[in-house]
Amino acid sequence: MTALPEGAIDCDIHPSVPSVQALMPYLEDHWREQVVMRGIDELNSISYPLNSPLTCRADWKPASGRPAADVATVARQALDPFRTSVAIANCLYGVQLLFSEDMGAAFARAVNDWMVKEWLDKEPRLRASIVVPTQNVEMAVDEINRCAADKRFVQVLLLVSGDTPLGRRHHWPIYAACEKHGLAVGIHAGSSYHNPPTPVGWPSYYTEDYVGQAQAFQTQLTSMICEGVFTKFPHLKVVLLESGFTWLPAHLWRLTKYWRGLRMEIPWVDRAPGDIVRSNVRFSLQPVDGPPDQESLLKLFDHMQSDELLLFSTDYPHHQFDGNAALPNGLSAELARKIAIDNPRATYARLMETVG
Amino acid sequence: MSRHVVATAQEIPEGGRKLVTVRGRPIAIFNLKGEYFGMLNRCPHQGGPMCEGLITGLREAKQPGEYLYSRKGEIVRCPWHGWEFDIKTGQSYVDPDKTRIRTYPVEVEAGAAVVNGPYVAETIPVSVEEQYVVVEM
Repeated sequence: MTALPEGAIDCDIHPSVPSVQALMPYLEDHWREQVVMRGIDELNSISYPLNSPLTCRADWKPASGRPAADVATVARQALDPFRTSVAIANCLYGVQLLFSEDMGAAFARAVNDWMVKEWLDKEPRLRASIVVPTQNVEMAVDEINRCAADKRFVQVLLLVSGDTPLGRRHHWPIYAACEKHGLAVGIHAGSSYHNPPTPVGWPSYYTEDYVGQAQAFQTQLTSMICEGVFTKFPHLKVVLLESGFTWLPAHLWRLTKYWRGLRMEIPWVDRAPGDIVRSNVRFSLQPVDGPPDQESLLKLFDHMQSDELLLFSTDYPHHQFDGNAALPNGLSAELARKIAIDNPRATYARLMETVG
Repeated sequence: MSRHVVATAQEIPEGGRKLVTVRGRPIAIFNLKGEYFGMLNRCPHQGGPMCEGLITGLREAKQPGEYLYSRKGEIVRCPWHGWEFDIKTGQSYVDPDKTRIRTYPVEVEAGAAVVNGPYVAETIPVSVEEQYVVVEM
């Protein structure tokens, strides 16, 4: 295994909301009462079923309840063993799945306030992403503006599969707000399940859903490039989280090929898609979709034509590797340092303001 | 370098084109508003015949959703994969750093001058009354 440099910046960990009860102090009166009246006992997404082996590594699994549900556990399991200097908490909860805009906004506010009080205030190594009600772009922007004053929020969290492609212009106020506040846009695996999670309809099995996330990421990347998001917001940093990255070179070959022939359809895309990715898009390390041998992985890094695209992540508590082997074998010390420290620092403007 | 008479001027009217062969090389001749341009009839991508390409204008944008259409008739798209090239310079709009089509200077000369030489009239008879398209290669 490649040694992880001390002081790594973990760009994707997942503290859990232990239960809806934990959010009660952070909900407004109406919604707190609604939780009781409606008998809401669970708002977690089916993206990570509690007993799926992927959802939590066996040695990180608590005796009962949800994994990664308190700050001491996360520090002991996710931060200390990796000598992590900073970890970015991406809370995956059912906010984006709700059909009510008002309820989505209320739970987003509660989750973000809970994140500040229960996590960021208690553990100085943590930073977080702002959860936003993607059901309504104006409400999402309001939530970004409300939270942005706290510089420990370094990113806005979106799910890869929502109602419409993320390049579409009605999403742009979110990107304008991110660019204004120096927040990255983090697009994480997962779906609102308002549409089938694959482009060909509803699958039967969890494996199909999880593997299919990579196609959703490809489609979103294509959408954001072709719709001109990076032409309109040239300073925007978009981070694909838990997306895998082994698909990237082949996808860029394909996208570039058709852009060359169809450039006149989208003349605002005035650079090859690969150039846009290299300046504006980053990828979390885990999961590394394992090529069978080290040589193939190194060849893949060559195909990516940049050593600045990957950001260290454990994807804790999801089971992506064993022990402390968060970095794949065979990386040079220089590349390990770029992935673990330099690339995250260059991506998250706010890390530099709060970490130095 | 010599000058080759390849067509009469009236064979290639404004907006028209003609495929000719000079020293064994296929050259596409285009007439843009009375000015003639020559380009190798072989797209640098996969070898598509440029002379059969769609002639269009240049589409640019300063921002998404904008179509600034200029230089009407001065861009040719390869008929095979749609790559766009500047007829005047051979410049590619999809890979300008690495891709360019070889262009050749083309002029129109009066028959009287052509008859006197030194021109190579490879395939066509020359008379003093006509205007001729001349490729330098």
